Amino acid sequence: MLRLPKFELENPTTVAEAVALLARHGDDAQVIAGGTDLVPNMKHELFTPDVVVSLAGIAELRGVCVRDDGTVCIGAMTTLDDVAASEPVRARALAVTQAAALIAGPQLRRMGTLGGNVMLDTRCQWYNQTHFWRQALGFCLKKDGTLCHVVEGGGKCVAAASNDTAPALMTVGAVLVFHGPDGPREVPIDDLWHPDGIYNKKVRGELLTEVRIPPRADDGTRLLGAYGKLRERGSIDFPLFGVAVRLDVDANDTIQDADLCSVALQARPVRLKKMAELLRGVTLGSDAFQDAVATCAAQAAKQCRPLANVPGDADYRHAMVPVYVRRTLLAAAAGSGPVHHI
Amino acid sequence: MRLQRLQINGDRIEVAAPSHWTLLEVLRYRLGLTGSKQGCDKGDCGACTVLIDGKPVLACLTLSALCEEREITTIEGLLPAHLRSGGTGPDPVQDAFDRCGALQCGFCQPGMMLSARALLNENPAPSRAEIKDALAGNLCRCTGYTQIVQAVELVVAEAAGSEPEPPAWAPNANPWKNGCAKNGHEEPPARATDNGEGA
Repeated sequence: MLRLPKFELENPTTVAEAVALLARHGDDAQVIAGGTDLVPNMKHELFTPDVVVSLAGIAELRGVCVRDDGTVCIGAMTTLDDVAASEPVRARALAVTQAAALIAGPQLRRMGTLGGNVMLDTRCQWYNQTHFWRQALGFCLKKDGTLCHVVEGGGKCVAAASNDTAPALMTVGAVLVFHGPDGPREVPIDDLWHPDGIYNKKVRGELLTEVRIPPRADDGTRLLGAYGKLRERGSIDFPLFGVAVRLDVDANDTIQDADLCSVALQARPVRLKKMAELLRGVTLGSDAFQDAVATCAAQAAKQCRPLANVPGDADYRHAMVPVYVRRTLLAAAAGSGPVHHI
Repeated sequence: MRLQRLQINGDRIEVAAPSHWTLLEVLRYRLGLTGSKQGCDKGDCGACTVLIDGKPVLACLTLSALCEEREITTIEGLLPAHLRSGGTGPDPVQDAFDRCGALQCGFCQPGMMLSARALLNENPAPSRAEIKDALAGNLCRCTGYTQIVQAVELVVAEAAGSEPEPPAWAPNANPWKNGCAKNGHEEPPARATDNGEGA
């Protein structure tokens, strides 16, 4: 039986109130959105805040809207279920809806939110455990200890970013809106992360209120996308490897631009390099496309080095990298997906 | 400690509980509603599934203090809700799980049946894939899931008046055919679980 440590609960009804509460309590406060990750983490005593600030009562943070200029705005408290079913998001970012639909299981998708997934704490099999379990091992670098159990002698935490929507949002250049005491500011999602497993965000003490997907350039291309997720079971699990694909193709099905981002490798979601130059100018369905996909898969396998940070054998996960990159590219081209083996 | 006004299985209940208690703790240890099971207690297993505003969510990850003004249904409320809506006997989901042998130890059943009930309320004729998808967050370590999916399909078939597909172990002698002997359930009392007053 896992009990939550004691805390006081605040239930503000406006963003301004929530920001004021966070400013007043500083590091003693934790924000709770859907609670699907924070509550287990608090039960594991990874977080023991004095005050928990709930966003459940802030109606303005829920829902998806499309602005006149075509920007799709997703409130941070929109549930993953609602994101997965959102037609405007699907039209603009197919990989995002596919990724949201593959997160955890049905109950957790109804509770968990897009903002919570973007701001998810990094995960590691030596960290996401009970206090008793971690104590028996002498704790670890990320919490309470000085030793890394993943990299022998490692001085830098390598807990893995495990949020499926993050690489998908990166492929479409999403912009995040944060509210702090000085008001709102926009942060491009690529600039949110830094590669430190202990805390992999550059933003602290501010509240993520909205995820914006900017309008597409009016260049006559259409968007293709897909998300591939390697996991142990057909539901519930965090990714063992995830890859999001965006392809922009013109009227002749020739790829004009491409972007591939992956997750569950290191402390931040990573963009796979050289993919756009390998795929640009290639026509879908041609022999050249098959060759380009094979080259991309081989390139990805060189770039991605899974560590023993999340569950699942690291060698197996490495062997699956080219498989998932290839299948997800083919799924994006075929307009199918998501890609998962169960 | 604060006074929480909850609406559980149609009853308005005032209960004093600490802010850091989950809905599952309040249900089990304040109100004596032990039908919602405490399994992994961290969102993996689905044994604590309850309906909040008609949708299955996990009580072990839900703070009770955030459930005020929400309509909560636990497994104890399934039969009374069925009777209130004019039904007789057990809820068809409960009946079908019983007849199909869709359980062994029974620990996953409350969550499993609530997930199934919510699915059928939303979509009275789900496909097998939709049933499996809706139950994906409820783990069962005994049955292998086959009879559980069959039970939901039986509810769907009987509601539509059609013949349910026979199970794989009896392809030629369909045990579900012609409403084969429903178990002789006695008529339950009008209010089988009057749980409003606490433990």
